[in-house]
Amino acid sequence: MRTLRDFLASLLVALILLTVALAGARAGSLADALPGFAEGTFPATEAALSAVAASGDPQTAAVIKALQDERLVFDPATKAVFIKAADGSLLDPTTGKPIAGPAPAETKSIRLNNKIRGSIDAAMGALTLLSPDPAVRLSAADAVFKARQASALPALQAALAKETDPRIKLVMQQAAASAALADPKAAETDRVAAVQVIQNRGDKDALAILTELKSDASPAVRAAAGTAAANIKGELAIWDNVQNLYYSLSLGSVLLLAAIGLAITFGVMGVINMAHGEMVMLGAYTTFVVQETIREQAPWLFDWSLAIALPLAFLVSGAVGVVIERGIIRFLYGRPLETLLATWGVSLILQQAVRTIFGPNNREVGNPSWMSGAFDLGNLTITYNRMWIIVFAAAVFVLLLVVLRFTRFGLQMRAVTQNRAMASAMGIRTPWVDALTFGLGSGIAGIAGVALSQIDNVSPNLGQSYIIDSFMVVVFGGVGNLWGTLIAALSLGVANKFLEPVAGAVLGKIVVLVFIILFIQKRPRGLFALKGRAVEA
Amino acid sequence: MVSLRKVAGALAVATALAAPMAAPASAADDTIKIGILHSLSGTMAISETTLKDVMLMLIDQQNAKGGLLGKKLEAVVVDPASNWPLFAEKARELISQDKVSVVFGCWTSSSRKSVLPVFKELNSILFYPVQYEGQESERNVFYTGAAPNQQAIPAVDYLMSDEGGAVKRWVLEGTDYVYPRTTNKILQAYLISKGVAPEDIKVNYTPFGFSDWQTEVAAIKAFGSAGKKTAVVSTINGDANVPFYKELGNAGLKATDIPVVAFSVGEEELAGLDAKPLVGHLAAWNYFESIDTPENKAFIAAWHKFTGKDTRTTNDPMEAHYIGFNMWVKAVEKAGTTDPDKVIEALPGITAPNLTGGVSEMLPNHHITKPVYIGEVRADGQFDVVWQTKDLVPGSPWSPYLPESKDLTSDWVKLKCGNYDTVKKACGGSS
Repeated sequence: MRTLRDFLASLLVALILLTVALAGARAGSLADALPGFAEGTFPATEAALSAVAASGDPQTAAVIKALQDERLVFDPATKAVFIKAADGSLLDPTTGKPIAGPAPAETKSIRLNNKIRGSIDAAMGALTLLSPDPAVRLSAADAVFKARQASALPALQAALAKETDPRIKLVMQQAAASAALADPKAAETDRVAAVQVIQNRGDKDALAILTELKSDASPAVRAAAGTAAANIKGELAIWDNVQNLYYSLSLGSVLLLAAIGLAITFGVMGVINMAHGEMVMLGAYTTFVVQETIREQAPWLFDWSLAIALPLAFLVSGAVGVVIERGIIRFLYGRPLETLLATWGVSLILQQAVRTIFGPNNREVGNPSWMSGAFDLGNLTITYNRMWIIVFAAAVFVLLLVVLRFTRFGLQMRAVTQNRAMASAMGIRTPWVDALTFGLGSGIAGIAGVALSQIDNVSPNLGQSYIIDSFMVVVFGGVGNLWGTLIAALSLGVANKFLEPVAGAVLGKIVVLVFIILFIQKRPRGLFALKGRAVEA
Repeated sequence: MVSLRKVAGALAVATALAAPMAAPASAADDTIKIGILHSLSGTMAISETTLKDVMLMLIDQQNAKGGLLGKKLEAVVVDPASNWPLFAEKARELISQDKVSVVFGCWTSSSRKSVLPVFKELNSILFYPVQYEGQESERNVFYTGAAPNQQAIPAVDYLMSDEGGAVKRWVLEGTDYVYPRTTNKILQAYLISKGVAPEDIKVNYTPFGFSDWQTEVAAIKAFGSAGKKTAVVSTINGDANVPFYKELGNAGLKATDIPVVAFSVGEEELAGLDAKPLVGHLAAWNYFESIDTPENKAFIAAWHKFTGKDTRTTNDPMEAHYIGFNMWVKAVEKAGTTDPDKVIEALPGITAPNLTGGVSEMLPNHHITKPVYIGEVRADGQFDVVWQTKDLVPGSPWSPYLPESKDLTSDWVKLKCGNYDTVKKACGGSS
């Protein structure tokens, strides 16, 4: 986009546009440009696109939009070009009306590559600046800003005169500044003023424009752009750290979700549950099954699929957890090594069972529409899926706190954690509490699986990716204490995410692991150790 | 009176002893066994399962034609589960126990490196269908996938060209193992030789199965905002690709801003993704399912019939197995036997048609000639070819851009050596 050839091409287009803007539309040049599309090569298509954009014909926007949607077709026999309407009928591109005469036997779509798509974006931007829809005007102004073409200046000035929305007006002014910087004929004072406008925008696109100026910029402009770029870089560095904090929060919330169930079972019963990852995996597969059913029976419910999957995943994983506890772990209390081995065996059985039922390949779990995409907050990019997972993790955490603090069951759980014998003597049925606690911990892992299915692959090995991290969080934070788990998850998230840009993903993980090992030497019970915990059969 | 326990015990012992002898009756001497060594579980299953299926289809088709040398072909499938040392064990099992005549297998270079000593020691044949980093040419291996000069270098050339966007800044993003590391070494040397400044190249590695791509994608965005056109060359392998492309889509990184060209992402990997945000991103292969030739249409039709699903895609490594299998069959017919030494001698020079209208030839360096295609992702998960080589490119394993390999050549026919040093005029011996 920044080669000399492009610059000359845009100059040519600018000159043509200027003449056309003064002389009025000339439909003839649109019809002349169209055969270029039928040649079928990318350079010919690009040249035809520039010619069409320059023609000023009222049909130009329709033709370029059709090209963008791959609805611009040609007849290989006669090389005539048509627009394909939504219903499949063919329209004449110069008039927009259905063609007279019979449709050709075969039409071929005019193919695009990345370069042409970029040129289309710029052209559409310049053409849709006066669109009645404010969203279209905003994206048009943005596209023109990024395109850095002086040819867009007249169209921008016309649009600025009519614009009432202050937000869109600002972006148009920035676009005008970017066009002025690219215009060799602009006055130096205009260009220095343009640098200031772009610096005020202050984001990565602004930095890109200021860093690479056209070679004909005067020293004053260069100096202004240099200082502006340095200022933006400084600001962006601060934003980078804030963005990193957001990533840490997001990673921490994922770790919290995965580990909190383990904190409960490990905390209350001191049981090392190596099948915990598989509870997460079962939750993810429950989501898959729910989505498959919805896709087949009730596709309009897809946006609600996660809400439906949550209670189901809790029940499925919780039930499996209770079965494991009653069936196997009950007999192994006070024997941590045997519990470890037995639950490891259970995890293998669960993995193979899922592999047999669902196949060994990854399963596709779709993102509902409210989970896709991102929005900008200042200079931060906040992706929706991660944001909702943070919210969800916080909600789960608060819910668990409430259950532990204010429900009868929570009271019994805390009593059994602190002193099992005494609690039993007080009439609390400890075996029942144990089973339900295990069920609760596994159920929480299940709903974590629902959340994780949105950001990770759903495969029988899903649990294996999270079991190590869950144990690290629980061991680091101290067992039996939910706040400890929260602090540990967040600190590990921060540590991971601040190490990653520096040391790389692989080395970062190694460093964190080494740090935890050293930490446990000093404080074997973790950050927030619960005092007076009794663990016995 | 013999106790029931003793009778039961004797029966058990007898059955245990007899079991090996009562081995499957179908394992009679009149079938030729073909080993299939692909991961059917684990992180690479997303890519390798379909290769096992295409081999089963090819063997079925050959049996329908009457088999080979008058015998039926029998497939022996094992699952090394994306576990590289297990690949070596399973290879040994296939060759020594199941007595296969040839093995079609492996995807990651780690798995291939792991099985090389086994094939050398037991003197069998491996057909390796996947694009790889080069720097290797073994007597027992036939490489039907692309060498760097048939994939990586042409892809970078395309991106540097005007039509590809005149890219000036490069992010080399790979999974942390031998293939991306070596390929990136070659690409860095190549880019610098083409005048790219070292500060315009950024290299980054992530582990297998990596799923939290936020930091990496943000780093790519930041690197790409220095004003010069930036592109990402991705050697990410396995199911880490799915969260990577999802994050690219969510972060709004469009192909018109920063294009990503991938070497290990094909139709199969895209099948599990919503491809609409990825339109315009690129892949470099020697075959695409969308290429319109009669051979390709026939192959796709037969594939859909065999799998019973119209939605199963075809991809480049499947075509490599198609070519490799046909070459092996021709070589066996030429040699008159499945004895590995004779087949290895017979293979160089054998030609077999590919699915894109050309004819591939097995070269003395155990690589084949392949055309190069650059494709852009379409919204339906297929690829649009935007550039191709006019002729087939002969595969060359030793990179001329690295000092340790620029003098090396491989010729198993005349020189009987895989790493012959043309300057020192001596064979380097086993690597």
